[in-house]
Formats: sequence, structure tokens, C-alpha cells
Amino acid sequence: MGLLRLLVLCLPLVVWAADYPPVRPGVPLSLPEDHGAHPRYRTEWWYVTGWLRDGEGGERGFQITFFRARTGIGEATPGRFSPAQLIFAHAAIADPASGRLRHDQRSARASGRLAGSATGRLDAWLGPWVLRAEGDGFVARAAGDGFALDLRLDPRAAPMPNGADGYSQKGPEPRHASYYYSLPALAVTGEITLDGSAIPVSGEAWMDHEWSSELMPESAVGWDWVGLNLADGGAAMAFRMRDAEGRVVWAGGTLRAADGQARALSPPEVEFAPRRRWTSPRSGAEYPVEWDIRLADRQLRLTPLMDDQELDARASTGAVYWEGAVRAFDGETPVGRGYLEMTGYTERLRM
Amino acid sequence: MALPPLTPVFVGSLWRRRTASALSVLAIALGVALGLAVQIINGAALDEFDRGMRVVAGEADLQVLGPGSGFDDSLFETLALHPLVAAASPVVEITARRIDGAGELRILGIDILRVVAVNPKLIPVPADGADGDARFAAFRQDALFPSPALQQALGVVPGEHVLVAAGQGRARLEVAGGLPGMAGERVAVMDIHAVQTGFGMAARLTRVDLRLRDGVGSDAAREALVSLLPPGVRLGAPDESAARAASLSRAYRVNLTMLAVIALVTGGFLVFSTQALSVARRQTEFAFLRAIGLDRATLMRWILAEGLVLGAVGGALGCALGYGFAALVFSLLGGDLGAGYFDGTEPSIYIAPVASLAFVSLGVAAGLLGSWAPARAAARIAPALALKGATLVGAAHHPGHAVAALVCFAAAGLAAALPPVDGIPVAGYAAIALILAGGVLALGGLSAWLAARMPARHVATRLASARLQAMPGHVVVAAAGVMASAALAVAMAIMVASFRDSVDQWLDRVLPAALYLRAAESDQAAYLDPATQRRIAAIEGVSAVDFLRYDTIRLGADGGAVTLIARPVSDDGRELPLVGAARPVAQPVWISEALADRLGVGTGDALEIPLAGALHAFTVAGVWRDYARQTGALVLPLARYRQLTGDARANNAALHLALETDAATVAGRIRAHFGAERFELSAPDEIRRISLRIFDRTFAVTYLLEAAAVAIGLAGIAASFAAMAAARRKEFGMLRHLGLSRRQVGAMIAAEGGLTAAAGAVGGSGLGFAIALVLVEVVNRQSFHWSMDYRIPLLPIGVFLTALTVLAAVAAVLAGRHAMGGSAVRAVSEDW
Repeated sequence: MGLLRLLVLCLPLVVWAADYPPVRPGVPLSLPEDHGAHPRYRTEWWYVTGWLRDGEGGERGFQITFFRARTGIGEATPGRFSPAQLIFAHAAIADPASGRLRHDQRSARASGRLAGSATGRLDAWLGPWVLRAEGDGFVARAAGDGFALDLRLDPRAAPMPNGADGYSQKGPEPRHASYYYSLPALAVTGEITLDGSAIPVSGEAWMDHEWSSELMPESAVGWDWVGLNLADGGAAMAFRMRDAEGRVVWAGGTLRAADGQARALSPPEVEFAPRRRWTSPRSGAEYPVEWDIRLADRQLRLTPLMDDQELDARASTGAVYWEGAVRAFDGETPVGRGYLEMTGYTERLRM
Repeated sequence: MALPPLTPVFVGSLWRRRTASALSVLAIALGVALGLAVQIINGAALDEFDRGMRVVAGEADLQVLGPGSGFDDSLFETLALHPLVAAASPVVEITARRIDGAGELRILGIDILRVVAVNPKLIPVPADGADGDARFAAFRQDALFPSPALQQALGVVPGEHVLVAAGQGRARLEVAGGLPGMAGERVAVMDIHAVQTGFGMAARLTRVDLRLRDGVGSDAAREALVSLLPPGVRLGAPDESAARAASLSRAYRVNLTMLAVIALVTGGFLVFSTQALSVARRQTEFAFLRAIGLDRATLMRWILAEGLVLGAVGGALGCALGYGFAALVFSLLGGDLGAGYFDGTEPSIYIAPVASLAFVSLGVAAGLLGSWAPARAAARIAPALALKGATLVGAAHHPGHAVAALVCFAAAGLAAALPPVDGIPVAGYAAIALILAGGVLALGGLSAWLAARMPARHVATRLASARLQAMPGHVVVAAAGVMASAALAVAMAIMVASFRDSVDQWLDRVLPAALYLRAAESDQAAYLDPATQRRIAAIEGVSAVDFLRYDTIRLGADGGAVTLIARPVSDDGRELPLVGAARPVAQPVWISEALADRLGVGTGDALEIPLAGALHAFTVAGVWRDYARQTGALVLPLARYRQLTGDARANNAALHLALETDAATVAGRIRAHFGAERFELSAPDEIRRISLRIFDRTFAVTYLLEAAAVAIGLAGIAASFAAMAAARRKEFGMLRHLGLSRRQVGAMIAAEGGLTAAAGAVGGSGLGFAIALVLVEVVNRQSFHWSMDYRIPLLPIGVFLTALTVLAAVAAVLAGRHAMGGSAVRAVSEDW
């Protein structure tokens, strides 16, 4: 999940009129067709996060994300500038050498070659930014303020449906749910550009694809989420929704062993316990940047690639959140790497 | 700093004759104030307009500008994805009419997601309490975001609703927030899709703002992009619109500056009068100073210094008045003095150092030039002669002046034939200056000629006549100011009358029908579709309907906006107010005078016109007079327009009624049939009344200023006579000794005053006729690009001249009474 997910979730409630299909359990995923867009649902995202290594062993985190939002506005009257479907995209590089996050974002109405998302296959574009299926894998390209990403992603493991075969409940009521699967263990090759100099990179990434019509429970103000590629070839995803007092509204996750055996985690099986907090000098928000998490019987410690992976997007989207690369340890043993996302720490998010 | 020892003698004398000095100062101050105010007002309005344009264009490096009916929005994708373009922001602009109240709304349909990168000032800000996230409120199809100025003008606050109509669409919009980035502009934004689909602009854009990639020059980008644009769509830098607005209002400004010059010239002549008279009175003084060693050059410098003081004080006062006047005019009339060029901007006064300095300098120059001739005359005085007895010096008259006057008039005639420089009729103004100069040179001769023809039955009139014939120079001194102000006042009166008369006749010509109908006020996006047209034509009592289609197209090398009017028109164009020769041609287009001037084409020339995205060949069949659109307009036959564009819509309809049907009845039927608010219906009388009211409001300021200039000229003549009478106390005493009654002397003075003023007034009106001719045929033709029929408002001018003469006589008598007050014996003896 991520900031723009929030944004998409915050779509005005004037759009009730639109007939958003509900998310129900028991609908089997159909891949690769389901890699494509599901434009009747209110919100959808393709979220790629991962770790990159350059030729000198330097490590960086990256993120490239596309969102689709059905606003329910202007659907009756076609036109090139119809706001019926909006596309957002977001890209970031966490570069410890510069100590800060490079990030940029784009948004547009879905319209012809300008922006859109295809159905039936993964193809999302917004100007020159793309995330699309190519051969057996995917390509992701984005260029922002002082940085660029041009990456190829090749799956080395099967897709991982989350929840009940892809039906992922987000709150006590079953209607708060999404269709959700992850593509862990994506091998990354390509090039990034930082301040004009191109750097060849390789690494490992994770992609989430999730679509829904009604996701966040009314009482939730934010969430914590983590997705980890485990060193042994396994994968782990966990999330929890928090209310205004910090209490857990709902939780869930998926734990997949190296042999491909996956199990969905029920709310009591997921625990997030903060270890160390970091206060943002910009927003003043206090983020637990180190965590102890428990996924069923698995105990993991998360430490960030760097503390400051806060995204201050108040100027454009009005929200501040933390989205960054983390390492996972079992005791002192490094067991995996992935991404951590923490939202709703600065102010109550409007739903 | 210690003042030179002679300061009290010279500059101090200004204080001793303070009434005359005050009038000179006042006239100069008026000229400076007026000129400066016009500069400030236009400068501020232009500045605001320019800023407004820049704000509207934001950080755009280039703009793609289309006709008022827009261009196909498929062009946007091409532009937005072009490698040289960093960001592109589409705009569809309409003018909507408010139905549930008065007012018009300029609405920009924008894509909020794209406007951010190019023009952040157009970002709508939802009011607190609006539904959902701020960025999504702007997508709502019924959300309107008016600027603070527009909210004020409409009298609405966020949360309220307005009912508006444009095109065939009407909508109830919620004021969902504001547009704080456009504080001074009257404009609103809405979602682009809402404007396109709601107000008949489906798949159309009127503008695309482009931000280029870093390091891409706008010339390079123009070259690359221009080939992508269909005909009728052009590329412009955001500042070009401001330049066009400037050149439009410049024409109006030059006419007002003309008035400032009138006041300054009057002031200069008043300085001349008072200085000449004062020099005459102080001859003995000067002779004495010369006798005790003051050299000629120093004496001359001192008298010039007096003029300098008058000019400087007048200039400084005028400067202060100018700013005050500008502030007053702003609050009363707006930035264009009511002319309507800057609708929708709210300018604020700013300090204009260069203009201020320039006009203060002009004031000082008026003071110095006015003192020049008297100073020279004083310096030439032979001390011995002057010590014995005083004679009035002034601009002596000699026959050479008549030749010089003729040369001036001839030169004026030549200057009037020259073309404008950079759109400004410089030569025309030179012609006016030459006419004035020639008039002053001829004034002495004229007054002598006039005096010789005066019936001389009484002693008093004979004396007055003899004096004027013998000393015409004195007349020049007293009457020059009157002549200058009378000449310019008469010229302005003729110009305005000619203009008003021509506009009146033009309105007759362009409004032949009995009833006019339009869908929305001044809006290209307001249509009558074919079905509506048929229904209108079928209304009972309507015998025939002419449908008119308006659009804005871009034409010529500069790509300026031109109004296209498609209407039923005969082959010979007899429905149009044609000027000059017209001829029937195969594919006719009739162009307005402004367009003919701008494109440099005339009857018989070929003209390519972009219609519906393609160029079509036409031939100019005639040139017509258009007072409505200064940027130019052209008329096409409606059938041809529909054939070429497939656009069967109309904006206006002119209804011809069956006999024994009156307009009110038919208007009632239309309202009953279509609803009361669907159309604006107007009778030609009403249109004419509104048009003339706008006209009169525009020129109200000029009448006011003219009156001020004339009043000061008149006060000047009173001051001159007061000074002259004081200088002639001896003479009056002598006349009393010779047996003339006090009444007879008074009559003599009145006759002199009347004659002098009459000479000024008659001469002035003659000059006024000539100057008016230059104003009508040269200055206006070149500045506004329209012609008018020369018309002299004889009665008002006659009344004005008579009143001027009578008032001058009264002023002279009042001035003389004081001089006659003393004992005749003492008056005669005081100099001995």
C-alpha cells in the first residue's frame, strides 16, 4: 500500500452513485489476465518495491508504482478529458549516500497515449513512465527530479495470492477487502540515473497488485505494511490497520516457505511491536523505524536501510508517510530484505 | 544655500502678481496632471492586464491559441507527448451568462492534474467543508471556483449556487471554493470535461499552455511545433496578448494625451501672457537695473528663471494632482477611463518615476518657453528710453509673421499626409502643433483685420478698434491662450461629434431588423442549433430571419484574433456599411477597415481564411466600417460558411417582422415559446441607446477636461486684462482728463476685451476646424483604423464662442474697473 493508495481511497464520497462491484471471496485469480486493469473497481494499484546493488556493492532501495482510480465522475459523457479514470504514478530511490529519498510523482486522466492501464495484460503508462509486461517479465521506467529508473523485472517464483486465494480482508466486516496478490522474488536488472550519471544495477524486487472498491474500515486511520523477500527463497507479507488510538483494527499476512507452501495469516497471528523510533525533522512525525514482528511462529526484526525515508508530499497530495527499504533479521542473522510502509502517523487520514 | 541678491526683485514679483501667477501655475498643473494621470491609469491598467495575462499563462513558455470556437482536442496528445515539451496544460475557455442574476462569467475549463506543472495560479482551492479530498473536489462536474474578484462581482460565497448558461447548455453550479492565485482577475475555473460537455464545447480546446524542457529555446520549439498545428491555430508567447492589448488602448491613450497637451499649451500661453504684461509693467524697473550695471544676458536669465519657477511649481502641483486624479478615476471608471478595454482587471495605482519626471519637465518647459519672448523683449529695452516712459512690450507684430504662418499651415498639410510611425500618428500630431503655431503667428494680423471691420459709431469702440489695429502684438499677448484652448476645444468637439454621428448612422446600418435575439452575451460558445433556428423562424409574426454566426479566427502574419461573422449578405454587400468601392467577386469576403489596414489588403485582393482546420481562398469584395471590433472583423456569406465548415449553428438572429406586428408582441411569443431566460431579446432602439450610452460615458471624461482647459484659458484672459489695465492706468486717467466718462472708458475696455477674445475665438475655431480634420482623417484613422464622417456641431460651437467672447468682455471690464478706481489726476501724475 502507499500514499497514493490513501489518496485513491480518499476519493470523494460524492461518487456513491457509481456502481462499484464489491469484492467477494471465492473468485479465483486468473493470471496473466488479472495482471491487467479492472476498471470497474474503484481503486487498483501495481506496486513495485525492491533493493538494488551497483557494481561497487552500494545498496539502494527503489519504488515504482501505478495507481488507477475510477472516480465515477463524467462516465456518462465520453471525452478525451473525462475524469472517469485517473492514473497516478510514483517513483522513488532511497540512496543512503545522499541520506534522503529521491522521489517524484505524476498524475493524469486516463486518455489515449497520455495515460492509462490496459485490461488483460500488465500495461500501465503515464507519459513516459511505464510498467508493462514484456516477454516473461516486466519493464518499469520512470524519470523524475534528478533521478531515473529503467529496470527489467523477471519472476523467479510463482505469484503469491494473499488472504483466501486472493481475497484479502482488511477489516472486521468482509466488505472491507481487496483482490490482492504479490509477485515476490523478482530479479531486477537495469540502470538507474542519479544526478545525470547512469549506474548499472541488479537486485531483487516485489510487486503487489491489488484492486478493490471499499478497502479501509471507517475506524482505521492508517496502517503498517511489510513485504519481504526471504534469503532462503521464501516470502512474507504482513499488514495491520490501526485506529486513532493506535489499536489494531485488523491484521493479516502471508508466509510462504522456500518450497512454495504458503499460508494465510489470521489477525491474531500477526503482531507489530516498535523497537526504535525516529522523529522526522520536517514533519515532526514519529515513526517506529525498527520493529519486532511476529508472523505466526516466525519472529523477525526489521531495521531500515536509512532512517529518513519519509515522503513529504503535503505540497501535492496533502499527506506525509514513510515508505522505505528494510532488512529483516532473525536474531542477529540477516534473513531477508524488503519494504516497510507506515501511514497515518502525522494526522488522521480522511476517509 | 543663499539665494542670489536679486531673487526678491524677480522671483518675488511672481508673488506680487499672485493671481496671474496662480492661473499660469494652475494651467500648467492641469496639463501635467492630466498627462500624468493618463499615463498612470493606462500604465497601471496595462500592467495589471499584462500581469493578468502572465498569471493566466503562468509559467508557460509558449501558448497554442485557437479560434473562439476552439480546435479539436486530439491535438493535445500530440503536443503533450512532444519531446521538447516538459508539460502541457489544456484550456477551454467560455463566457457564460448568469441566469439567476446579473453578470457574465469567464470560465476556464482546466485539467487540475496538468495545470499544476504549468500554471499553479489556476489551481482551484476547495472551501472548507467541501466533500472529499481537496484534489478531487475539482473534478466534480458542478463545481465552480471563481476568483475572489469574481465572487465579489457575482455576490456569491462558497457553498452557494449559481445558474449559468452558455452554448446550448445551462447548469446549476456550486461555488465549491475559490481561485486565490487569480486575486485581481474576474475569472473562474471548472473541470475541463465539465466545460466541454456541459457548454457545447465537446472535444474542443481553445488554448494549450506549454512548458518547454529545460534548455529548449522557444524559437526552436516554435519551429518544431508549428507544423503540427492545423490552420487557424497558432503559437504565441504569453506576452503577445499583452502587447495587443497595449496597442489597442494606446489609441485611446493618445487621444487623452492630446487633451493633456491642450492644457499644457494653454498653460504655456498663459505664462507668456502674464510674463509679457509683467515685463511691460516692470520696464522702468528693468531700465534702472540695466542702468546700474545689470547686463542683458543676466536680465534675460532672471526673467526665464521666473518662468522656470512657474513651470516647476505647476509641474510639482500637477504631479500630485495627477496621482490623485488617477486614483479618483480608478475608483470611478476603472483602468481604461470607461472605454472597456480592460474588463475584468482591478488595477492599483503605482508610482511611475519616468512618466512623472517627463511630465514635470514638460511643465517646466512650458514655463520657460512662455517666458522666452518676454525675456528677449525685456533684454532689448533701451534703458534710457524705458526710464522715461513705459510702452507695453510683447510679441511685436510684423508682416514676416504672416509668411511664417503660411509656411506653418503648408507644413501641417504635408505632415497630415504622412503614414503613422509604429502605429502612432506622430505626423498627425506634428500637423496639429504646426496649425497651432501658424495660428499664433497669424493672430495679430487677424485681430487687426477684425478690428478694422468693426462698426465704429461710438468713441469707445473706435478707440478700442484703433488700439487693436495699432498694437496687434498686445492682442497676441492676451488672446493667444484663448485661441489655443478654443482651437483645441473646438477640434475635440468636432471630432467627438463626427464620431458620435458616424456611430449613430453605423448603428442604423447594422441594425436593420425589428428584433434581435441572442443566446448569451458576447459569447462565441452560445449557439442556436438548426432545430432552434427553425422554431424561431416559425414564430408567428416573423416574416424573415437572418441568422448570424460569430467566431474568432486567427489571421495574418502576427496571428491576431479576427472576428468572423457569417451572415446572409447580398453579392454587392449592400447590407454592410461599406466604405469606398465594392465589387462583386466569386468567393466574396468583406473585411473591416481595421483588418484591411492590418493585413494591407483591399478590394479585389485575395485572402486565405482558415475555416474548420483548412485554408480556403476568398477575394475581398469590399471594406466596411466597424466601430465594434478594433482587432478586425470579416463577413462571409452564411451559406458559404456552412458549406465549408458544416457548422449549421448560429449565435444571433435578426428577426424581420410581418407588417402590423410589433416587436414586443413577437418578443412575448418567443419568451412564451422558449422560456423567459433562454435568449436575450433586444430591439434596435435599445441596442442603439446602450451603444450610445457607452460612447457618451467613454467621452464624458474628455468633455470634463475640455471644460477645465477652457475655464483656465478664460481665467487667463481675465488675468491678462487685469495686468494690462493696471499698466494702462495712466492712459485711462488721460482719457478721463480728455472728457471721457467713466462709463465710456469701461465700454472701451469691454470692447477691447470682447474684440480680443473674439479674435482668439474666431481664430481658434478656424484652427479647430483644421485640427479636427487632422484628428478625424489622420489621428483617428491611424490609431483606431476606422473612418468617420466629418461633422461640425455648429450650434454648440457657436454658443461656446459667443459665450467665450462675452465672458472675456466681462472679465476685461471687471479687471479695468479696479484700474479706473483711482483719481484720474493721480493716475496721470504718478509717473512724473
